[in-house]
Amino acid sequence: MTKSAEIKTHREPFFHVVKRDDMPTYMAWLIRVITIAVAFIIVGILSSVVTGKPFIETYDIMFQGVFGRIFEGRTTMLWKYLQEIAVLLVLALALTPAFKMKFWNCGAEGQALMGGLASIVCMIELGDKLPYPVLVAVIAVTSILAGAVWGVIPALFKAWFNTNETLFTLMMNYIATQIIKYYVYIKGGGSNVINPVSYGNFPAVGMNDYFVNIMIAIFATVLMFVYLKYSKQGYEISVVGESQNTARYIGINVKKVIIRTMLISGAVCGVAGMMLVAGKDHSINQNTVGGQGFTAILMSWLGQFNPFIMVFMTAIVVFLRIGVAKVADASYLNSSFSEIMVGIVILMLVGCEFFINYSIKFRSKKEANL
Amino acid sequence: MENKVAIELKNITKTFGKVVANKDVNLTANRGEILSILGENGSGKTTLMNMISGIYFPDEGQIFIDGKEAVITSPKDAFSYKIGMIHQHFKLVDVFSAAENIVLGIEDGKYNLKNSTEEIKNISEQYGFDLEPDKKIYTMSVSEKQTVEIIKVLYRGADILILDEPTAVLTPQETEKLFAILRRMRDDGKCIIIITHKLHEVLSLSDRVSVLRKGEYVGTVNTKDTTEAELTEMMVGKKIDLNIQRNEPHDVKERLVVNNLTCVDREGATVLDNISFTAKSGEILGIAGIAGSGQRELLESIAGLQHLSSGEIFYFNPKTDEKENLRDKTPMQIRNLGVRLSFVPEDRLGMGLVGNMDIVDNMMLRSYTKGKSIFLKRKKPKDLALKIISDLEVVTPSAATPVRKLSGGNVQKVLVGREIAASPTVLMVAYPVRGLDINSSYMIYNLLNEQKEKGVAVIFVGEDLDVLIELCDRIMVIGSGQITGVVDGRNTTKEEIGLLMTKAKQKEE
Repeated sequence: MTKSAEIKTHREPFFHVVKRDDMPTYMAWLIRVITIAVAFIIVGILSSVVTGKPFIETYDIMFQGVFGRIFEGRTTMLWKYLQEIAVLLVLALALTPAFKMKFWNCGAEGQALMGGLASIVCMIELGDKLPYPVLVAVIAVTSILAGAVWGVIPALFKAWFNTNETLFTLMMNYIATQIIKYYVYIKGGGSNVINPVSYGNFPAVGMNDYFVNIMIAIFATVLMFVYLKYSKQGYEISVVGESQNTARYIGINVKKVIIRTMLISGAVCGVAGMMLVAGKDHSINQNTVGGQGFTAILMSWLGQFNPFIMVFMTAIVVFLRIGVAKVADASYLNSSFSEIMVGIVILMLVGCEFFINYSIKFRSKKEANL
Repeated sequence: MENKVAIELKNITKTFGKVVANKDVNLTANRGEILSILGENGSGKTTLMNMISGIYFPDEGQIFIDGKEAVITSPKDAFSYKIGMIHQHFKLVDVFSAAENIVLGIEDGKYNLKNSTEEIKNISEQYGFDLEPDKKIYTMSVSEKQTVEIIKVLYRGADILILDEPTAVLTPQETEKLFAILRRMRDDGKCIIIITHKLHEVLSLSDRVSVLRKGEYVGTVNTKDTTEAELTEMMVGKKIDLNIQRNEPHDVKERLVVNNLTCVDREGATVLDNISFTAKSGEILGIAGIAGSGQRELLESIAGLQHLSSGEIFYFNPKTDEKENLRDKTPMQIRNLGVRLSFVPEDRLGMGLVGNMDIVDNMMLRSYTKGKSIFLKRKKPKDLALKIISDLEVVTPSAATPVRKLSGGNVQKVLVGREIAASPTVLMVAYPVRGLDINSSYMIYNLLNEQKEKGVAVIFVGEDLDVLIELCDRIMVIGSGQITGVVDGRNTTKEEIGLLMTKAKQKEE
């Protein structure tokens, strides 16, 4: 009976967390927008504390860093910004069908690298042998195939042996990285660098080198949206993702859907690799994708698997990445500072979802006064 | 009342988001009595009891135990007030013995299994339990596991016992045994609260009945002064005719013939053992049995979702008079053969429907493959969704609401509506009224009867024997994956079916 004496505190817990199901969509978006605003302010404060520059100036540097002298009609920086968005967006789009199926493809990095590898191999080996249009077509096909193959291997193992796709796709990243290292070692003649290849580069349209990449991203966004929402295959992906039992019950061949979806996911990653190699770097190294395959995982989630929302999310994250890097540059800090800031913002964006899904109830005043 | 008040609830309110689970509930339970908490599914019975046992904390209101205000923030607190709850789903460690499970989690630093076993034996003897303390949980039947749960709370000294739907998984014989034990505990001065929605159990067991409706407290009556009709009215809020209509089957033909079906699960256990039966058009074939006796596997075998070790399933097509063997065919192949087989599975949101999809997309599950286009056509599913919503009185904000947000009864209406809309010749339903309120349940029974009249072969897996006996033309009883008997629904008794349910087990021993 001593126990009951201990707990006669007569108080309910200080707070408890309650699941909410009733938040209207506009409220949820308001919270997200506020979170982004607060995140920007925090980034500004931290930047100015670390660099010692005035608070407002950090934003000026960020803006200049991303958009350049846009008000004077110079659009070079803007195109660069859009190009960065394009690559991250295509990677996020690639992951989305897999994620909707609850297949945790963490291998965008490797799948994109393999796509990029296919591009560079075509550019180097076939560059002077094929006419330009054929070469570009061959680059596109092989890159897509290479990404698809890298994506489908874990899917086959998942379908047949029920292996864990998260670990499998992560491991495939390491293999891809090592293959790239090996290829660079061979082709770079020991210098660990492949000099930019002039064959098979995407054409510049009106002074703009990245036009093709940006068009690919726009096209992919619309296509993925339609595919997921209006196609029968997209519907099957949703059903398999929500409940494999339901899928079996209505006669969907679950294995087939897993394999098909990962072919698509890998293929689109391959496209991203191609964009990086044929459309931007004209070379390759193990950092070509540079961790964007992992950032894309968060972009897909934060975009709630909706391609159009992903456009905004990637735009924000890429803005910070470039902008804060410029702030760091201006104060002789290294790129880690920019990555830390991007990390903080993403963390806040993920965190705000908690407040959208749950509410916290504090102990009522009446009770507290007891 | 001269009985001492054990527990008193005052103005208890609990909300989950927008849903008000309990609103201003007042309740008293005395020592030396059995109190039934009666209410339909979703009326807040379990939530209320969970607040007494420390799983939830009330938003408003107070709980008094022995006249003193109590604050119960965890199951541990509840135990310190000598409150023990036996949940619907057992919380036991399978590989431990009964005794180990019973002492598990007691932090008095005096772990001594031998002494504990002695004490468990004493408790068993005192109240008439049948339990071997050394038996492992995974070898136990459902009723034995329940016994372990009850002794577990008694061992901790509980004198206020709450049982959540304790008879849902028991045979009539086991139920009687449990009731006898509960009466003995009452006579011993304990306060017993049982949550139930079965009226006849309320009447035969409890001293008083408290009724909840939609989270609100309706009233308390003495059992000896009340009737089934009065309780129903309190529960539902209006008078209801509790009779199920049953017409004589007409135009009876063989529709589905199952021969020597055997099915082995992944662990190598035989879940269906040489099952043979015939389902006929124009009749309702009931399937009774203890939960987990192979009902699910049987229906899934017919639907093409189980791998069979042996046996055949023949379907007689009423249009072509052809005979098709459905064995080893996928659901898609079965459908492509022109077999109009509809199946309402036990797991509605996990198998029959997709919880996060709206009603329209759920309608599409059955029909999306139609047509050559690679794109979906949402027009027809939408019309069907609207038709089902109006015909079956589905309560939903719109056809674009995710089905998981609907109440259990409305979810089931959506599922049954879709399966019936496929104009089946065989309709299989598993536990179609589980979790449904009385109105929805009777609507489902009527729909099944309509299908029967249309000449559909209906296979109905049920758990409430009273309903099976009232509704079905024939009742097949299965136990441990075997058919233990087929009885005529018009002249059988609960006791007969109850005995058949446990027959297979006795054979093994």
